[in-house]
Amino acid sequence: MSDVYILGTDMIRFGRFPDRTVPQIGAESALLALDDAGLTIQDMQALYCGNLFQANAMVGQRILQEIGQTGVAVVNTSNACATGATAFREAWMAIKAGVYDLVLAVGVEQMGKGLIGGTGAGKGIPKEGLLGSGTMPAVFAEAGMEHASKYGTTFEQFAKISVKNHHHSTLNPKAMYQKETPLEDVMNAEMIAYPNTKLMCSVNVDGSAAAVLASEKKAKELGLGRAVRVRASMLTSDPWQERDLVMPDVNSCTRNAAKAAYEMAGVGPKDVNLVELHDCFATAEMLHYENLGLCGDGEAGMMIDEGHTALGGKIPVNVSGGLLSKGHPLGATGIANIYEVSTHLRGEAGKRQVEGAKIGLTHVIGLGSACAIHVLEKAN
Amino acid sequence: MAENGKAAGPLPVVPYLKLPEGGQPYLEGHKCGACGTIFIGARATCSKCGARDKMSATKLADKGNLYTFSIVYRSFPGIDVPYVSAIVDLENGGTVKGNLINIEPDPAKIKFGMPVEVVYQDALGRKDKDGNSYISYFFQPQGA
Repeated sequence: MSDVYILGTDMIRFGRFPDRTVPQIGAESALLALDDAGLTIQDMQALYCGNLFQANAMVGQRILQEIGQTGVAVVNTSNACATGATAFREAWMAIKAGVYDLVLAVGVEQMGKGLIGGTGAGKGIPKEGLLGSGTMPAVFAEAGMEHASKYGTTFEQFAKISVKNHHHSTLNPKAMYQKETPLEDVMNAEMIAYPNTKLMCSVNVDGSAAAVLASEKKAKELGLGRAVRVRASMLTSDPWQERDLVMPDVNSCTRNAAKAAYEMAGVGPKDVNLVELHDCFATAEMLHYENLGLCGDGEAGMMIDEGHTALGGKIPVNVSGGLLSKGHPLGATGIANIYEVSTHLRGEAGKRQVEGAKIGLTHVIGLGSACAIHVLEKAN
Repeated sequence: MAENGKAAGPLPVVPYLKLPEGGQPYLEGHKCGACGTIFIGARATCSKCGARDKMSATKLADKGNLYTFSIVYRSFPGIDVPYVSAIVDLENGGTVKGNLINIEPDPAKIKFGMPVEVVYQDALGRKDKDGNSYISYFFQPQGA
Protein backbone atom coordinates (compact mmCIF):
# COMPACT_ATOMS: atom_id res chain seq x y z
CA MET A 1 0.00 0.00 0.00
CA SER A 2 1.32 3.48 -0.81
CA ASP A 3 2.35 6.05 1.79
CA VAL A 4 0.66 9.24 2.86
CA TYR A 5 2.58 12.54 2.96
CA ILE A 6 2.16 15.86 4.71
CA LEU A 7 2.66 18.58 2.10
CA GLY A 8 1.85 21.57 4.26
CA THR A 9 1.32 22.22 7.96
CA ASP A 10 1.13 25.19 10.29
CA MET A 11 -0.38 26.47 13.51
CA ILE A 12 -1.30 29.87 14.85
CA ARG A 13 0.48 31.22 17.89
CA PHE A 14 -1.57 29.93 20.80
CA GLY A 15 -3.23 32.58 22.95
CA ARG A 16 -6.60 33.85 24.13
CA PHE A 17 -8.97 35.16 21.50
CA PRO A 18 -12.33 35.72 23.19
CA ASP A 19 -13.47 38.07 20.43
CA ARG A 20 -13.06 35.51 17.66
CA THR A 21 -15.24 32.53 16.77
CA VAL A 22 -14.06 28.92 16.69
CA PRO A 23 -14.40 28.72 12.87
CA GLN A 24 -12.39 31.95 12.49
CA ILE A 25 -9.60 30.56 14.67
CA GLY A 26 -9.64 27.29 12.71
CA ALA A 27 -9.74 29.03 9.33
CA GLU A 28 -6.53 30.89 10.09
CA SER A 29 -4.38 27.76 10.46
CA ALA A 30 -6.21 26.09 7.55
CA LEU A 31 -5.11 28.92 5.26
CA LEU A 32 -1.57 28.86 6.67
CA ALA A 33 -1.28 25.12 6.01
CA LEU A 34 -2.65 25.51 2.47
CA ASP A 35 -0.15 28.31 1.82
CA ASP A 36 2.63 26.15 3.22
CA ALA A 37 1.65 23.42 0.74
CA GLY A 38 1.31 25.89 -2.11
CA LEU A 39 -2.28 24.72 -2.64
CA THR A 40 -5.76 26.20 -2.28
CA ILE A 41 -8.99 25.11 -0.66
CA GLN A 42 -10.25 24.29 -4.18
CA ASP A 43 -7.59 21.56 -4.34
CA MET A 44 -8.89 19.82 -1.19
CA GLN A 45 -11.19 16.85 -1.68
CA ALA A 46 -12.33 16.58 1.95
CA LEU A 47 -11.95 18.27 5.33
CA TYR A 48 -11.49 16.48 8.64
CA CYS A 49 -12.04 18.85 11.53
CA GLY A 50 -11.27 18.18 15.19
CA ASN A 51 -13.02 20.21 17.87
CA LEU A 52 -14.27 19.18 21.27
CA PHE A 53 -16.28 21.92 22.95
CA GLN A 54 -18.50 22.62 19.92
CA ALA A 55 -18.69 18.98 18.85
CA ASN A 56 -22.33 19.34 17.88
CA ALA A 57 -21.92 22.58 15.95
CA MET A 58 -20.49 21.61 12.54
CA VAL A 59 -17.22 23.47 13.01
CA GLY A 60 -15.66 22.00 9.85
CA GLN A 61 -18.46 23.25 7.63
CA ARG A 62 -18.28 26.65 9.31
CA ILE A 63 -14.54 26.79 8.57
CA LEU A 64 -15.35 26.24 4.89
CA GLN A 65 -17.91 29.05 5.17
CA GLU A 66 -14.92 31.23 6.17
CA ILE A 67 -12.45 30.10 3.52
CA GLY A 68 -14.29 28.48 0.61
CA GLN A 69 -17.50 26.49 0.37
CA THR A 70 -16.41 23.92 -2.15
CA GLY A 71 -19.07 21.40 -1.19
CA VAL A 72 -16.61 18.62 -0.35
CA ALA A 73 -17.12 16.00 2.35
CA VAL A 74 -16.61 17.31 5.88
CA VAL A 75 -16.20 15.07 8.91
CA ASN A 76 -16.15 16.52 12.42
CA THR A 77 -14.34 14.51 15.08
CA SER A 78 -14.46 14.59 18.86
CA ASN A 79 -12.20 12.32 20.96
CA ALA A 80 -11.25 14.28 24.10
CA CYS A 81 -7.62 15.45 23.94
CA ALA A 82 -6.98 13.07 21.02
CA THR A 83 -9.53 15.01 18.93
CA GLY A 84 -7.09 16.72 16.55
CA ALA A 85 -4.96 13.61 16.08
CA THR A 86 -8.12 11.63 15.36
CA ALA A 87 -9.10 14.11 12.62
CA PHE A 88 -5.60 13.80 11.15
CA ARG A 89 -5.80 10.02 11.30
CA GLU A 90 -9.22 9.94 9.61
CA ALA A 91 -7.74 12.06 6.82
CA TRP A 92 -4.78 9.66 6.61
CA MET A 93 -7.14 6.67 6.44
CA ALA A 94 -9.22 8.19 3.65
CA ILE A 95 -6.09 8.63 1.55
CA LYS A 96 -4.77 5.20 2.52
CA ALA A 97 -8.07 3.75 1.35
CA GLY A 98 -7.59 5.41 -2.02
CA VAL A 99 -10.70 7.57 -1.74
CA TYR A 100 -8.89 10.93 -1.98
CA ASP A 101 -5.52 12.32 -3.08
CA LEU A 102 -5.55 15.66 -1.21
CA VAL A 103 -7.22 16.27 2.12
CA LEU A 104 -7.16 19.00 4.76
CA ALA A 105 -7.13 18.28 8.51
CA VAL A 106 -7.76 21.06 11.02
CA GLY A 107 -7.82 21.02 14.83
CA VAL A 108 -9.23 23.98 16.70
CA GLU A 109 -10.32 24.89 20.21
CA GLN A 110 -11.45 27.89 22.19
CA MET A 111 -11.04 27.26 25.90
CA GLY A 112 -12.34 28.88 29.04
CA LYS A 113 -10.02 29.38 31.96
CA GLY A 114 -9.85 27.23 35.03
CA LEU A 115 -10.23 23.63 36.10
CA ILE A 116 -11.41 20.90 33.77
CA GLY A 117 -13.06 17.74 34.98
CA GLY A 118 -14.83 17.04 38.23
CA THR A 119 -18.46 16.13 38.38
CA GLY A 120 -21.53 18.28 38.33
CA ALA A 121 -24.41 17.54 40.64
CA GLY A 122 -25.96 14.91 38.36
CA LYS A 123 -28.42 13.10 40.56
CA GLY A 124 -28.42 13.96 44.23
CA ILE A 125 -25.54 16.11 45.47
CA PRO A 126 -22.18 17.16 43.96
CA LYS A 127 -19.53 14.48 44.52
CA GLU A 128 -16.41 16.61 43.95
CA GLY A 129 -14.40 16.85 47.16
CA LEU A 130 -16.66 14.24 48.73
CA LEU A 131 -15.69 11.11 46.82
CA GLY A 132 -12.19 12.32 46.04
CA SER A 133 -11.56 14.51 43.02
CA GLY A 134 -12.40 14.19 39.35
CA THR A 135 -10.50 17.34 38.38
CA MET A 136 -7.80 16.77 35.79
CA PRO A 137 -4.88 17.99 37.94
CA ALA A 138 -5.88 15.51 40.66
CA VAL A 139 -6.53 12.61 38.28
CA PHE A 140 -3.09 13.01 36.71
CA ALA A 141 -1.54 13.59 40.13
CA GLU A 142 -2.89 10.21 41.23
CA ALA A 143 -1.42 8.62 38.09
CA GLY A 144 1.94 10.25 38.87
CA MET A 145 1.79 9.13 42.49
CA GLU A 146 1.26 5.57 41.28
CA HIS A 147 4.66 5.96 39.58
CA ALA A 148 6.09 7.43 42.79
CA SER A 149 4.76 4.45 44.71
CA LYS A 150 6.41 1.96 42.35
CA TYR A 151 9.72 3.71 41.72
CA GLY A 152 10.19 6.42 44.35
CA THR A 153 9.77 9.26 41.85
CA THR A 154 9.99 12.60 43.66
CA PHE A 155 8.10 15.89 43.59
CA GLU A 156 11.35 17.52 42.44
CA GLN A 157 11.71 15.14 39.50
CA PHE A 158 8.15 15.87 38.37
CA ALA A 159 8.86 19.60 38.73
CA LYS A 160 12.00 19.33 36.57
CA ILE A 161 9.82 18.31 33.63
CA SER A 162 8.04 21.62 33.85
CA VAL A 163 11.34 23.52 34.10
CA LYS A 164 12.50 21.78 30.91
CA ASN A 165 9.36 22.40 28.88
CA HIS A 166 9.10 26.04 29.93
CA HIS A 167 12.74 26.46 28.92
CA HIS A 168 12.03 24.93 25.52
CA SER A 169 9.13 27.32 24.98
CA THR A 170 11.47 30.32 25.21
CA LEU A 171 12.77 29.14 21.81
CA ASN A 172 9.30 28.80 20.25
CA PRO A 173 7.68 32.01 19.00
CA LYS A 174 4.32 30.19 18.66
CA ALA A 175 4.15 29.17 22.33
CA MET A 176 1.66 30.91 24.62
CA TYR A 177 4.36 31.52 27.24
CA GLN A 178 8.05 32.03 26.55
CA LYS A 179 9.34 32.34 30.05
CA GLU A 180 11.95 30.46 32.07
CA THR A 181 10.62 28.89 35.26
CA PRO A 182 13.48 27.88 37.59
CA LEU A 183 12.96 24.77 39.72
CA GLU A 184 12.23 26.72 42.89
CA ASP A 185 9.56 28.75 41.08
CA VAL A 186 7.89 25.58 39.83
CA MET A 187 8.01 23.88 43.23
CA ASN A 188 6.85 26.98 45.11
CA ALA A 189 4.03 27.86 42.72
CA GLU A 190 0.47 27.45 44.02
CA MET A 191 -0.16 23.78 44.76
CA ILE A 192 -3.16 22.64 42.72
CA ALA A 193 -3.20 18.89 43.37
CA TYR A 194 -0.06 17.42 44.91
CA PRO A 195 2.40 16.92 43.29
CA ASN A 196 1.16 19.19 40.47
CA THR A 197 1.68 22.89 41.13
CA LYS A 198 0.15 25.53 38.89
CA LEU A 199 3.30 25.62 36.73
CA MET A 200 3.02 21.85 36.29
CA CYS A 201 -0.46 22.10 34.72
CA SER A 202 -1.00 22.69 31.00
CA VAL A 203 -2.19 26.11 29.93
CA ASN A 204 -5.76 26.57 28.73
CA VAL A 205 -5.47 28.54 25.51
CA ASP A 206 -7.24 29.05 22.21
CA GLY A 207 -5.54 27.79 19.11
CA SER A 208 -5.61 25.89 15.88
CA ALA A 209 -3.30 23.82 13.72
CA ALA A 210 -3.74 22.26 10.30
CA ALA A 211 -2.14 19.90 7.82
CA VAL A 212 -2.54 19.10 4.14
CA LEU A 213 -2.22 15.36 3.47
CA ALA A 214 -1.54 13.81 0.09
CA SER A 215 -1.39 10.40 -1.52
CA GLU A 216 2.03 9.19 -2.63
CA LYS A 217 1.04 9.64 -6.25
CA LYS A 218 -0.07 13.22 -5.72
CA ALA A 219 2.90 14.07 -3.47
CA LYS A 220 5.37 12.84 -6.08
CA GLU A 221 3.50 14.73 -8.80
CA LEU A 222 3.70 17.96 -6.78
CA GLY A 223 7.26 17.32 -5.63
CA LEU A 224 8.51 15.86 -2.36
CA GLY A 225 10.68 18.91 -1.57
CA ARG A 226 9.60 19.66 2.02
CA ALA A 227 7.19 16.74 2.34
CA VAL A 228 6.97 14.61 5.47
CA ARG A 229 6.10 10.94 5.22
CA VAL A 230 3.59 9.45 7.67
CA ARG A 231 5.17 6.14 8.61
CA ALA A 232 2.60 5.14 11.17
CA SER A 233 -0.77 6.23 12.48
CA MET A 234 -2.23 4.39 15.43
CA LEU A 235 -5.28 4.90 17.62
CA THR A 236 -6.17 2.82 20.67
CA SER A 237 -8.70 2.87 23.47
CA ASP A 238 -8.08 1.79 27.03
CA PRO A 239 -8.03 -1.98 27.49
CA TRP A 240 -9.59 -3.36 30.67
CA GLN A 241 -7.52 -2.70 33.80
CA GLU A 242 -8.48 -3.60 37.33
CA ARG A 243 -8.69 -0.01 38.62
CA ASP A 244 -9.85 1.82 35.53
CA LEU A 245 -13.38 2.54 36.75
CA VAL A 246 -11.95 4.94 39.33
CA MET A 247 -8.53 5.62 37.86
CA PRO A 248 -8.53 6.46 34.15
CA ASP A 249 -5.68 4.51 32.60
CA VAL A 250 -3.37 6.51 30.33
CA ASN A 251 -0.61 3.91 30.38
CA SER A 252 -1.94 0.74 28.73
CA CYS A 253 -3.46 2.50 25.73
CA THR A 254 -0.19 4.39 25.18
CA ARG A 255 1.89 1.22 25.46
CA ASN A 256 -0.38 -0.61 23.03
CA ALA A 257 -0.41 2.28 20.57
CA ALA A 258 3.37 2.71 20.77
CA LYS A 259 4.05 -0.97 20.16
CA ALA A 260 1.73 -1.05 17.16
CA ALA A 261 3.04 2.25 15.76
CA TYR A 262 6.68 1.17 15.98
CA GLU A 263 5.74 -2.06 14.26
CA MET A 264 3.84 -0.26 11.50
CA ALA A 265 6.72 2.19 10.98
CA GLY A 266 9.34 -0.53 11.12
CA VAL A 267 11.38 1.46 13.62
CA GLY A 268 12.08 1.32 17.36
CA PRO A 269 12.28 3.99 20.05
CA LYS A 270 16.05 4.27 19.48
CA ASP A 271 15.47 5.39 15.88
CA VAL A 272 13.34 8.35 16.97
CA ASN A 273 15.09 11.75 17.08
CA LEU A 274 12.40 13.77 18.84
CA VAL A 275 9.07 13.26 20.57
CA GLU A 276 6.11 15.55 21.19
CA LEU A 277 4.09 13.79 23.88
CA HIS A 278 1.02 14.57 25.95
CA ASP A 279 2.36 16.58 28.91
CA CYS A 280 -1.05 17.78 30.06
CA PHE A 281 0.53 17.71 33.52
CA ALA A 282 4.17 17.28 34.52
CA THR A 283 3.25 13.95 36.12
CA ALA A 284 1.94 12.68 32.77
CA GLU A 285 5.15 13.30 30.85
CA MET A 286 7.07 11.16 33.34
CA LEU A 287 4.79 8.17 32.68
CA HIS A 288 5.06 8.42 28.92
CA TYR A 289 8.89 8.17 28.80
CA GLU A 290 8.37 4.56 29.83
CA ASN A 291 5.09 4.02 28.00
CA LEU A 292 6.70 5.07 24.70
CA GLY A 293 9.77 2.94 25.34
CA LEU A 294 12.15 5.92 25.54
CA CYS A 295 13.60 4.21 28.62
CA GLY A 296 12.97 1.12 30.68
CA ASP A 297 10.33 0.90 33.41
CA GLY A 298 11.43 2.81 36.48
CA GLU A 299 14.02 4.86 34.58
CA ALA A 300 11.90 7.96 33.81
CA GLY A 301 13.17 9.88 36.85
CA MET A 302 16.74 9.26 35.72
CA MET A 303 15.83 10.46 32.20
CA ILE A 304 14.82 13.89 33.51
CA ASP A 305 17.65 14.06 36.09
CA GLU A 306 20.26 13.35 33.41
CA GLY A 307 18.78 15.80 30.90
CA HIS A 308 18.25 13.09 28.29
CA THR A 309 14.88 14.55 27.24
CA ALA A 310 16.03 18.18 27.03
CA LEU A 311 16.99 19.84 23.75
CA GLY A 312 20.53 18.59 23.08
CA GLY A 313 19.89 15.40 25.05
CA LYS A 314 19.69 11.95 23.55
CA ILE A 315 15.93 12.03 22.94
CA PRO A 316 14.51 15.56 23.18
CA VAL A 317 10.88 15.61 24.36
CA ASN A 318 8.49 18.52 23.89
CA VAL A 319 10.96 20.98 22.43
CA SER A 320 7.93 23.08 21.43
CA GLY A 321 7.37 23.85 25.10
CA GLY A 322 4.71 21.20 25.29
CA LEU A 323 1.20 21.58 26.58
CA LEU A 324 2.72 22.96 29.78
CA SER A 325 3.97 26.15 28.15
CA LYS A 326 3.07 26.21 24.46
CA GLY A 327 -0.51 25.65 25.63
CA HIS A 328 -3.21 23.02 25.23
CA PRO A 329 -6.19 23.94 23.06
CA LEU A 330 -7.66 20.43 23.29
CA GLY A 331 -8.84 19.85 19.72
CA ALA A 332 -5.81 21.56 18.17
CA THR A 333 -3.11 19.85 20.20
CA GLY A 334 -2.89 16.64 18.18
CA ILE A 335 -2.19 18.50 14.94
CA ALA A 336 0.00 21.13 16.62
CA ASN A 337 2.42 18.41 17.70
CA ILE A 338 2.42 17.00 14.15
CA TYR A 339 3.30 20.53 12.97
CA GLU A 340 6.12 20.70 15.51
CA VAL A 341 7.71 17.39 14.55
CA SER A 342 7.29 18.12 10.83
CA THR A 343 9.02 21.48 11.29
CA HIS A 344 12.07 19.75 12.79
CA LEU A 345 12.14 17.10 10.07
CA ARG A 346 12.14 19.93 7.53
CA GLY A 347 15.03 21.59 9.35
CA GLU A 348 12.97 24.75 9.87
CA ALA A 349 12.65 24.89 13.67
CA GLY A 350 15.11 27.75 14.15
CA LYS A 351 16.66 28.06 17.60
CA ARG A 352 14.97 24.93 18.93
CA GLN A 353 15.93 22.74 15.94
CA VAL A 354 16.80 19.16 16.84
CA GLU A 355 19.84 18.80 14.61
CA GLY A 356 19.68 16.14 11.94
CA ALA A 357 16.17 14.99 12.89
CA LYS A 358 15.01 12.25 10.50
CA ILE A 359 12.23 10.52 12.44
CA GLY A 360 9.86 11.96 15.04
CA LEU A 361 6.94 10.72 17.09
CA THR A 362 3.78 12.49 18.25
CA HIS A 363 1.53 11.28 21.05
CA VAL A 364 -1.73 12.46 22.57
CA ILE A 365 -4.07 11.02 25.16
CA GLY A 366 -7.73 11.80 25.43
CA LEU A 367 -8.84 10.81 28.89
CA GLY A 368 -11.52 8.20 28.88
CA SER A 369 -9.33 7.06 27.03
CA ALA A 370 -8.01 7.47 23.47
CA CYS A 371 -4.36 7.37 22.49
CA ALA A 372 -3.11 8.50 19.09
CA ILE A 373 0.48 8.10 17.95
CA HIS A 374 2.02 9.18 14.66
CA VAL A 375 5.51 8.38 13.42
CA LEU A 376 6.77 10.90 10.88
CA GLU A 377 9.83 10.85 8.65
CA LYS A 378 11.63 13.35 6.46
CA ALA A 379 10.63 12.44 2.92
CA ASN A 380 13.89 13.22 1.16
CA MET B 1 -40.29 9.00 49.19
CA ALA B 2 -42.91 11.68 49.76
CA GLU B 3 -44.37 13.59 46.86
CA ASN B 4 -42.23 16.67 47.39
CA GLY B 5 -39.10 14.50 46.97
CA LYS B 6 -38.19 14.58 50.67
CA ALA B 7 -37.17 11.14 51.92
CA ALA B 8 -37.83 9.95 55.48
CA GLY B 9 -34.12 9.65 56.22
CA PRO B 10 -30.72 10.26 54.69
CA LEU B 11 -30.07 8.82 51.22
CA PRO B 12 -26.98 7.01 49.95
CA VAL B 13 -24.59 9.29 48.03
CA VAL B 14 -24.15 6.71 45.24
CA PRO B 15 -26.21 3.66 44.26
CA TYR B 16 -23.39 1.29 45.29
CA LEU B 17 -23.55 2.48 48.89
CA LYS B 18 -26.19 0.36 50.62
CA LEU B 19 -28.02 1.42 53.78
CA PRO B 20 -29.91 -1.68 54.95
CA GLU B 21 -32.66 -0.98 57.46
CA GLY B 22 -31.40 -1.79 60.92
CA GLY B 23 -28.04 -2.96 59.55
CA GLN B 24 -24.60 -1.58 58.90
CA PRO B 25 -23.95 0.41 55.69
CA TYR B 26 -21.71 -1.26 53.13
CA LEU B 27 -20.36 -0.85 49.61
CA GLU B 28 -21.70 -3.18 46.97
CA GLY B 29 -19.77 -4.58 44.03
CA HIS B 30 -20.90 -6.76 41.16
CA LYS B 31 -18.89 -9.87 40.48
CA CYS B 32 -18.59 -11.64 37.15
CA GLY B 33 -19.49 -15.32 37.53
CA ALA B 34 -17.24 -16.22 34.60
CA CYS B 35 -13.94 -14.47 35.38
CA GLY B 36 -14.39 -13.25 38.95
CA THR B 37 -13.76 -9.57 38.23
CA ILE B 38 -15.44 -7.19 40.65
CA PHE B 39 -16.99 -3.98 39.34
CA ILE B 40 -18.31 -1.01 41.26
CA GLY B 41 -21.85 -0.34 40.09
CA ALA B 42 -24.42 -2.67 38.55
CA ARG B 43 -23.94 -3.89 34.98
CA ALA B 44 -25.13 -6.69 32.72
CA THR B 45 -21.93 -7.53 30.81
CA CYS B 46 -18.38 -8.03 32.00
CA SER B 47 -16.03 -5.54 30.30
CA LYS B 48 -13.06 -7.76 31.02
CA CYS B 49 -14.19 -11.11 29.58
CA GLY B 50 -17.42 -10.16 27.81
CA ALA B 51 -19.62 -12.67 29.67
CA ARG B 52 -23.28 -11.65 29.67
CA ASP B 53 -25.78 -11.89 32.52
CA LYS B 54 -23.30 -13.51 34.91
CA MET B 55 -23.13 -10.59 37.32
CA SER B 56 -24.15 -10.96 40.93
CA ALA B 57 -24.14 -8.43 43.76
CA THR B 58 -21.47 -8.89 46.40
CA LYS B 59 -20.74 -7.09 49.64
CA LEU B 60 -17.33 -5.41 49.53
CA ALA B 61 -14.88 -5.41 52.41
CA ASP B 62 -14.71 -2.38 54.69
CA LYS B 63 -10.93 -2.59 54.90
CA GLY B 64 -8.30 -2.06 52.28
CA ASN B 65 -5.00 -0.44 51.34
CA LEU B 66 -4.19 2.97 49.91
CA TYR B 67 -3.08 2.51 46.29
CA THR B 68 -2.48 6.13 45.27
CA PHE B 69 -3.63 9.64 46.17
CA SER B 70 -3.41 13.35 45.55
CA ILE B 71 -3.81 16.22 47.97
CA VAL B 72 -6.22 18.65 46.36
CA TYR B 73 -5.68 22.35 47.08
CA ARG B 74 -7.65 23.89 44.22
CA SER B 75 -11.18 22.77 43.56
CA PHE B 76 -14.44 24.32 42.47
CA PRO B 77 -15.98 27.24 44.40
CA GLY B 78 -17.59 26.21 47.66
CA ILE B 79 -15.59 23.02 48.10
CA ASP B 80 -13.39 22.94 51.19
CA VAL B 81 -9.69 22.34 50.55
CA PRO B 82 -7.29 20.77 51.13
CA TYR B 83 -8.55 17.22 51.01
CA VAL B 84 -6.99 13.91 50.16
CA SER B 85 -8.40 12.20 47.07
CA ALA B 86 -7.58 8.54 47.59
CA ILE B 87 -7.80 5.35 45.57
CA VAL B 88 -8.15 2.29 47.75
CA ASP B 89 -7.91 -1.40 46.88
CA LEU B 90 -10.42 -3.20 49.11
CA GLU B 91 -9.60 -6.55 50.67
CA ASN B 92 -11.15 -9.34 48.57
CA GLY B 93 -11.41 -7.12 45.49
CA GLY B 94 -12.81 -3.87 44.17
CA THR B 95 -11.11 -0.47 43.93
CA VAL B 96 -12.91 2.63 45.16
CA LYS B 97 -12.15 6.34 45.13
CA GLY B 98 -13.01 8.68 47.97
CA ASN B 99 -11.74 11.18 50.53
CA LEU B 100 -9.13 9.99 53.01
CA ILE B 101 -9.94 11.65 56.33
CA ASN B 102 -8.52 11.84 59.85
CA ILE B 103 -4.99 12.18 58.51
CA GLU B 104 -2.86 15.27 58.01
CA PRO B 105 -2.90 16.30 54.33
CA ASP B 106 0.88 16.01 54.19
CA PRO B 107 2.62 13.79 51.63
CA ALA B 108 5.15 12.77 54.30
CA LYS B 109 2.36 11.38 56.50
CA ILE B 110 0.42 9.51 53.83
CA LYS B 111 2.00 6.16 52.99
CA PHE B 112 1.39 4.07 49.90
CA GLY B 113 -0.15 0.77 50.86
CA MET B 114 -1.22 1.98 54.31
CA PRO B 115 -4.16 0.05 55.76
CA VAL B 116 -7.40 2.03 55.74
CA GLU B 117 -10.99 1.35 56.71
CA VAL B 118 -14.23 2.52 55.18
CA VAL B 119 -16.39 4.70 57.42
CA TYR B 120 -19.88 6.03 56.75
CA GLN B 121 -20.85 9.57 57.67
CA ASP B 122 -23.02 12.48 56.66
CA ALA B 123 -21.97 13.83 53.24
CA LEU B 124 -20.23 16.98 54.52
CA GLY B 125 -23.61 18.64 55.13
CA ARG B 126 -24.45 18.67 51.41
CA LYS B 127 -28.18 18.53 50.64
CA ASP B 128 -30.09 18.19 47.38
CA LYS B 129 -32.73 20.62 46.10
CA ASP B 130 -35.45 18.82 48.05
CA GLY B 131 -33.52 19.21 51.29
CA ASN B 132 -32.49 15.58 51.58
CA SER B 133 -29.31 14.81 53.45
CA TYR B 134 -26.98 12.05 52.35
CA ILE B 135 -24.71 9.39 53.81
CA SER B 136 -21.33 9.07 52.12
CA TYR B 137 -18.36 6.79 52.57
CA PHE B 138 -14.86 7.92 53.55
CA PHE B 139 -11.54 6.23 54.21
CA GLN B 140 -9.51 6.66 57.38
CA PRO B 141 -6.30 5.07 58.63
CA GLN B 142 -7.14 1.78 60.37
CA GLY B 143 -7.51 2.34 64.09
CA ALA B 144 -7.69 6.16 63.72
